[in-house]
Amino acid sequence: MSIVDKPRTGTAAVAPATNGHRTSRRWIGRTLALALVVLLALLPKLALTVPGVLPGPTYSAGTLQLLAVCFLFGALAVTYHLLFGVTGMLSFGHALYFAVGVYGFAIALQTWHLSLLPAALVTIGLGVVTSLIFGAVSLRVNGIAFAMVTLAFAQAGSLLVYRNLGGHTGGEEGLGLTNAKLPAALLGVTNTANLYWIALAVVVVVYLAVVWVSGSRVGAMMAAVRENELRVQVLGVRPYLVRLTAFVASGTLATIVGMGYLLVQGGANPQITTTSFTLSLLVMIVLGGIGARWGAVVGGVLYTLLDQRLGVLASSSTVTSLPDVLRIPLSQPLFLLGLLFVLVVMFLPGGLAGALARVSAPRPSSADASAPPSHVHTTGEPS
Amino acid sequence: MSVVVLLLITGLGLGALYFLAASGLSLIYGLMRVLNFAHGAFLTLGGYLGYQVASSFGPESNSWPVFLLSLVVGAASGAMFAAVVELVLIRRLYEREIEQVLVTVGIGLAAVALVIGIWGSDARRYPAPAWMSQATNVLGAQVPNSRFVCILAAVVVFAFLSLLLGRTRYGLIIRAGVENRSMVAALGIDVRRSFTAVFVLGGALAGLGGVLAGLYNASLSPGTGDSLLIFAFIVVVIGGLGSVRGAAVAAVTVALLQQFANYYAASGVGDLMVVLALAVVLLVRPQGLFARSVRIA
Repeated sequence: MSIVDKPRTGTAAVAPATNGHRTSRRWIGRTLALALVVLLALLPKLALTVPGVLPGPTYSAGTLQLLAVCFLFGALAVTYHLLFGVTGMLSFGHALYFAVGVYGFAIALQTWHLSLLPAALVTIGLGVVTSLIFGAVSLRVNGIAFAMVTLAFAQAGSLLVYRNLGGHTGGEEGLGLTNAKLPAALLGVTNTANLYWIALAVVVVVYLAVVWVSGSRVGAMMAAVRENELRVQVLGVRPYLVRLTAFVASGTLATIVGMGYLLVQGGANPQITTTSFTLSLLVMIVLGGIGARWGAVVGGVLYTLLDQRLGVLASSSTVTSLPDVLRIPLSQPLFLLGLLFVLVVMFLPGGLAGALARVSAPRPSSADASAPPSHVHTTGEPS
Repeated sequence: MSVVVLLLITGLGLGALYFLAASGLSLIYGLMRVLNFAHGAFLTLGGYLGYQVASSFGPESNSWPVFLLSLVVGAASGAMFAAVVELVLIRRLYEREIEQVLVTVGIGLAAVALVIGIWGSDARRYPAPAWMSQATNVLGAQVPNSRFVCILAAVVVFAFLSLLLGRTRYGLIIRAGVENRSMVAALGIDVRRSFTAVFVLGGALAGLGGVLAGLYNASLSPGTGDSLLIFAFIVVVIGGLGSVRGAAVAAVTVALLQQFANYYAASGVGDLMVVLALAVVLLVRPQGLFARSVRIA
């Protein structure tokens, strides 16, 4: 678990030495984040162009759609961060709870003809129940075995969707929202800005929820379970319950993100249930940095943008005219992303957030000097 | 009756494929604590390179010598790919389990994307001797001959692994390493060399499994390896991490359960039953059926 705890214990060790400095930095961070959210909220009214990154000016429907998907994947990555980064549980089945949001919401709207709010409540309830049941079973084992079991459950979910058992999911075709009673403000290309704002709201709400959970007493317990399970047991707390709480919280938040995704995409496609989708989630948070919450969002946004732009690059004439040796690898976005992922794991532990922290940290200052002894203290506890 | 026999033998054939994937996975995990997500990619690459060599013979590609050659090529390419992965990447991340898993995830994604880039995403028909697609009458059931070949291959591999682990010095070191890695190292034995050996062996079995999967399904697609990998994971957990015998028993159980439920209930129900079986095993015996001690960390 070394990459999980390194950045965390580092910051925890810095805290007592430079409290005032840290508080002011936190306020700067909050102000910047607020300014960023305001700027992003205004984008549909602006005409900014970022050549090579965005397909068009920021008010165009295509760009807003892409950005909305970026936000939602950023939000999903944060929910995964709560599970893996905070509590230290490596799950390979997180896509399942996202899929519960996408398909549950779609079925509630399309098949049961519920209107928006009741459908949303039913879907969230479904997310809580499924993550509670599957979490309760798969947390019987820990570590790598847990990873495999979550993978198996997610595979079962994927199978249900693909085989169209019960006839509700539409199989490989997916599910459109043709029969749903949706407000007119959410339909049509002209209203993409509304969907964009929904996506932005989802990422902000989910992010704040994760901040709240990890800052709470339960959140402290989650981090404690990750660092030293035995000590948590000695304190009279059952690590199983702490893990289950984290699992249900992150699963339910993923369900909420899934609901947003259904609205933005205007339908459900079965690809989001697959193992490779969960694996791409893992790629996102490792790219961004496992130890950092905002790193997860950045990783999610970056991955989505890269995936989209590399796809455009693959079909461009510069690539298709290359000889096979270069053309084949360059025409597969997933090959390049997989390679990038391996390189980040090998050479950039801590991802982008870790790299940034290393660059911006004042190296020989008092903050870092106090880190090594307290690091030994927090992890080398006599147990 | 004939249906039961057919399902039984077909199920055993599928179990053979699961065993080929799961035995390597289980040994690698048992000895090195590496959950190898690239194992599916070893399988797919072995299958496709076997296919490539076989189909390069043109009209001759359906002959027996070419088929045997494709088996050898599949196993050898799986082994070579595994060796490169172990020596270049895994070895550098010694004792950093999570990073090792992450690296194999990345390799798995990249390798499958590369296969799609080279051979396309559509399934390819797998060349094999005509005898393979013919059927033999067993107690009234018409069983395709390729099933017997898969079963035979798995039995041979199981016997080989049992002899290797039970009767040779290398096997002794591997078994001791699964039990207690640091004690073996303390006795002055280079455990890392046996890590590489086990990883390469697992890769070879996966490559062999890839060719046989092509034979079993009569076709090969880039997703073949990964779809087998998921059931192999289930087999490994049910059988107990690190146990070859457990992998064998669990592979047969899982495959038979899947075949019978898929036939008698509905297509897809068998796959769900397998996941349900996994949940039951976890609730009753979290360490797996054949693990000697609770060592799931």
